[in-house]
Amino acid sequence: MKVSIYRYNPDTDREPTMKEYEVDTQGKDLMVLDILALVKEQDESLSYRRSCREGVCGSDGMNINGKNGLACITPLSEVAPGVKEGKKPLVLRPLPGLPVIRDLVVDMGVFYEQYEKVQPYLQNQSPAPAIERLQSPEERAKLDGLYECILCACCSTSCPSFWWNPEKFLGPAALLQSYRFLADSRDDATEERLSRLDDPFSLFRCRGIMNCVSVCPKGLNPTRAIGHIRSMLLERGV
Amino acid sequence: MVTSVTSLGRNGLYDWLIQRVSAVVMGVYVIGLLGYLLAHPDLDYGTWAAFMGSLPMQIANTLLLFSVAAHTWVGLWTVTTDYLTRLALGGAATGVRLVAQALIGLLLLVYILWGLLMIWGGA
Amino acid sequence: MSIRTITFDAIVVGGGGAGMRASLQMAQSGFKTALISKVFPTRSHTVSAQGGITCAIASADPNDDWRWHMYDTVKGSDYIGDQDAIEYMCQVGPEAVFELDHMGLPFSRTEEGRIYQRPFGGQSKNFGEGGQAARTCAAADRTGHALLHTLYQQNLKNGTQFYNEWYAAELVKDANENVCGVIAISIETGETVFFKAKATVFATGGSGRIYSSTTNALINTGDGVGMALRAGVPVQDIEMWQFHPTGIAGAGVLVTEGCRGEGGYLINKDGERFMERYAPNAKDLASRDVVARSMMMEILDGRGDGPDGNYVYLKLDHLGEEVLHSRLPGICELAITFAGTDPVKEPIPVVPTCHYMMGGIPTNVHGQALKMSGGHEGEDQIVNGLFAVGEVACVSVHGANRLGGNSLLDLVVFGRAAGLYIEDALRQGMTQYEPSNDDIEAALTRVNRWNDSKGGESVHSLRKELQTTMQNHFGVFRKGDLMEEGVQKLADLRGRIAKAHLDDKSSAFNMARVEALELDNLLEVAEATAIAAYNRTESRGAHSRYDYPDRDDENWLCHSIYDPRTKQLGKREVNFKPKTVETFQPKVRTY
Repeated sequence: MKVSIYRYNPDTDREPTMKEYEVDTQGKDLMVLDILALVKEQDESLSYRRSCREGVCGSDGMNINGKNGLACITPLSEVAPGVKEGKKPLVLRPLPGLPVIRDLVVDMGVFYEQYEKVQPYLQNQSPAPAIERLQSPEERAKLDGLYECILCACCSTSCPSFWWNPEKFLGPAALLQSYRFLADSRDDATEERLSRLDDPFSLFRCRGIMNCVSVCPKGLNPTRAIGHIRSMLLERGV
Repeated sequence: MVTSVTSLGRNGLYDWLIQRVSAVVMGVYVIGLLGYLLAHPDLDYGTWAAFMGSLPMQIANTLLLFSVAAHTWVGLWTVTTDYLTRLALGGAATGVRLVAQALIGLLLLVYILWGLLMIWGGA
Repeated sequence: MSIRTITFDAIVVGGGGAGMRASLQMAQSGFKTALISKVFPTRSHTVSAQGGITCAIASADPNDDWRWHMYDTVKGSDYIGDQDAIEYMCQVGPEAVFELDHMGLPFSRTEEGRIYQRPFGGQSKNFGEGGQAARTCAAADRTGHALLHTLYQQNLKNGTQFYNEWYAAELVKDANENVCGVIAISIETGETVFFKAKATVFATGGSGRIYSSTTNALINTGDGVGMALRAGVPVQDIEMWQFHPTGIAGAGVLVTEGCRGEGGYLINKDGERFMERYAPNAKDLASRDVVARSMMMEILDGRGDGPDGNYVYLKLDHLGEEVLHSRLPGICELAITFAGTDPVKEPIPVVPTCHYMMGGIPTNVHGQALKMSGGHEGEDQIVNGLFAVGEVACVSVHGANRLGGNSLLDLVVFGRAAGLYIEDALRQGMTQYEPSNDDIEAALTRVNRWNDSKGGESVHSLRKELQTTMQNHFGVFRKGDLMEEGVQKLADLRGRIAKAHLDDKSSAFNMARVEALELDNLLEVAEATAIAAYNRTESRGAHSRYDYPDRDDENWLCHSIYDPRTKQLGKREVNFKPKTVETFQPKVRTY
């Protein structure tokens, strides 16, 4: 099958190019990451990030035939019809909207900065008990669909609002984490967290496009979390 | 978290609310007007002028005018801050955006004054 | 060549659970701490831990006792776990776990609002007399993920200085073998820097990538072990490799033991629940070495399924969709993605897969690295300036076989312990050893070797050969002649890797350079494993030999110590002197 990969090495290239490779999959429905490993055997100069190869570390987010996803849990058959059979090329590009360091590796600095801005850690002023802070299963259930985020950036880099204002709009990933702490019964910094979010950019740049929902490899729903935060702001504001 | 903003409410929640409330006003107005037109198939200028000149309609038109202006301002302000940015235009972005926003603001102001003249000037 | 020097009070190499727990401790006390990680910290392999963290917090059973946990751990280790270290871990454990909750870790909950605990293999009540215990604290089946993110978040809060995507290449020592810091390379820019510190903490994790089939992440290349061995620091019990019973056949992806804790069980191709034959009491919740061996025996006896008859099944469908989706949601995803089977409907094809390195750099409970006065034998001596925590370390709490859920506990307890010790030592004034230019130059040799290489075999083909050798010669069952052959193959590989070629010498995000440097480490770990496995002439825990099928307490109730300088294997005493409880005497180990 044919693979077309975005190549750019700042040491040697003036501008990026798409490079074609021919890979023999023996008809197997390999994961996109397996294809990258096969390409790397041909051309060791190809760089990309990878670690757990099972969809939990979030290293290998990339743009696969136009849609963001994790290379390690995207089988060829799910990329697009005809790719696995070799009728259509597999096209791999770095995540859109972030500066490219090299090949499929992007500079995620601004993505991480936005994450840090939501104070992604539990805050509780009351002294800790000798055992755990109690939490009912119902309260804990509110964190499901939030804490599972792997910070792969597939969502934020598919969000037009994040493309336009990456430094001002927090983006779906950071907002999902913001709500993860707002929703935690053990956290008591709700007021402080909300007051940091009510400017016109940080949260309100979400236009409900829902690209984030459609690409999230963990099946999470940042748009819904953003809606919950907006409701909390509304309740607090009026 | 983002502090230097020139939006209407100077606050995301209020901008968001203004956008929604003004939309409701415009929606109700349009439906009401449509209803009136349907109920008066043989409308002539005299009836129409009298209807528009009535106090309830003067108030409704004023509300509509301010809603349109507010809605437009919030909407276009957002558009300018989405597209007329450093990312898209480079260093000149702030200047270009300010000029665009000033023009929009000025135009809206003119519309408001003109509209008010139309609504209340004849009385 | 002179390179930039960056100075810290302490540096931690590795951003997994152990590293971030150690750095958190030191950052909280205000010392200048850097954490160097070759990946963004939440991409570390701790993220893949599923089932939970075993600890006697007395939630599932209000009468639970850390001593029972200690008993299980000693027995699980096949009696070569150090009892003082196990005692410390089990006793301090609850405090460390409650701290995690206070930091925000989203544990699953019981109706009482306490942390949910599930049964895991090798767990018992009342010193093996009271039946199966449920002692593993869980956040669904994503405990490692939840733990790692929580620790990263806390490090952000406390101002740890992160050097993410920096690759630590070599230890820097002074003329007296004191550790002064590490050489590290910025992967993004290619810059090589000397990180100088009073304390260098290795938290580099495991090395499962020496095998071709492993549950380990692609980054688990034994960088810490490699650096230690090249610096002349010995490793302990390195022949002890855990094969996890349930890796997805073909893919190697882990399926948590928590599946069996929740009531799942293994069946062979005839649908028989075969563990009833091998471990009549604990059945599928016998310890991992026992279950893995039983599975291999089924397969070797022709009761495996599949085209090559080389896997058995993990049956979960009888648990029902609701339990599976609430307790094991991640497993359901993984099984569908990597095995193409939905556990709600069909069993998952599984096979024992390399999972965990019980051995590593010998340390005391403070994380201080140890060496032997006579190389591979003699008295314990502290390696000044060097600490090791987590999987790279061998404290030893796991001995010859680790119990499920004990690795996460090991991480937080000993990451914390090392942090506490260093904090204290820094307050009292720790020595900064100063390397000479020659010392730094010596540490750069290997990096320069690759950068100057001009032709030779490629990294990926050599790596593949190494992994295949380990897989074929040092697997679940081992045999003297086969291992001898394996040792020779590795010696041959050593010669060839020393002449291997790095074609891409560019500076920006050069993944090929990192993989080349990793290959050296894989080789160090593989060779140490091979020599230690060949020389330990008995079967104990995860080390199982056809030619020496029995445990030999007379000769081998001890740690093995591999000295990289002489490639000799020596013995080191196991600690049988816990401070607050009676010694657990070695017994025949049955489940």
